Amino acid sequence: MGEVIVITSGKGGVGKTTTTANIGTGLALQGKKVVLIDTDIGLRNLDVVMGLENRIVYDLVDVVEGACRLKQALIKDKRYEGLHLLPAAQTRDKNAVTPQQMVDLCEELKKEFDYILVDCPAGIEQGFKNAIAGADRALVVTTPEVSAVRDADRIIGLLEANEIRNPKLIVNRVRHDMVKRGDMMSIEDIIDILAIGLIGVVPDDENIIISTNKGEPAVTDNKSSAGQAYRNITRRIMGEDVPLMDLNVNEGLLAKMKKLFGFKPA
Amino acid sequence: MIDLIKLLTRKKETSKDVAKERLKLVLIHDRSNVSPQFLEMVKSEIIKVIQNYMEIDERELDIQLTKTNSDDGERIVPALVANIPIKGMKSAGR
Repeated sequence: MGEVIVITSGKGGVGKTTTTANIGTGLALQGKKVVLIDTDIGLRNLDVVMGLENRIVYDLVDVVEGACRLKQALIKDKRYEGLHLLPAAQTRDKNAVTPQQMVDLCEELKKEFDYILVDCPAGIEQGFKNAIAGADRALVVTTPEVSAVRDADRIIGLLEANEIRNPKLIVNRVRHDMVKRGDMMSIEDIIDILAIGLIGVVPDDENIIISTNKGEPAVTDNKSSAGQAYRNITRRIMGEDVPLMDLNVNEGLLAKMKKLFGFKPA
Repeated sequence: MIDLIKLLTRKKETSKDVAKERLKLVLIHDRSNVSPQFLEMVKSEIIKVIQNYMEIDERELDIQLTKTNSDDGERIVPALVANIPIKGMKSAGR
């Protein structure tokens, strides 16, 4: 029996889709059977982030309306064994799917897959309600900014109100240099405010943009620090105890040299 | 002496401290889910209690959830501010 994990944040643009793509690919690389569901109807993006946009025939709305069989709508990723995508509809609106339909769909997929990752749209309206309907657990993505943390707090409250207990936090786009000089909230600050468990910290890494340009998740890139962070999160989701990585490695050579010679970090 | 050390070692407030402080405050508001109905309930309860002792002008009564400086002046804390015009004392209160 598989497990349904919803990736949510409240605020848009904090990295839900990138997180879904990377964790999903990471789980497939660990030999798991994975399906990614894009529930952002009308604004689908998981397909382009995954590089599967040219292979869409049917979508989520076709499945729930019975216009096709579930198997027909699942896009098999040929690069990674066991990885599948169920894309969102682009020309419909969020009301085309109901929470009950999502529950039924998730139950069906649980029979076949180890992990079902649901990429949630921004906001707290119908799309959010659909995305969390069938979820067993939740990952909340935030960045170290007041707006993102505030929205994460709201989402955590809503998840608990919907009886999705113990959501885990991913802090995305952390810049260690800024944290060090006191211009960015640290992980401890954010945990202190949100009071939930942490499952991973992803450093701000330009490789994410490069990999998204190519449609290849950064988790497959051994040189990417964000990729390493996603590999760690993947293993934690599978129940392994992986220590948090040292974000210092993210620091540039110049900054290291300056520090060595006693200059203040730029 | 300890105060002196504190004074000397105290760093300038960084922007992340400002961010954290602001967030904490805004979340108190968000989490309490203060709706107009909630304030209306608080208001009617307060009126009930005060009317046992004083005559007040109910129409001019104003209750707000707001922010104020803490006693030590270092932080901003949430506060319930009530402006209740008193028309007269009731004999029972004397």
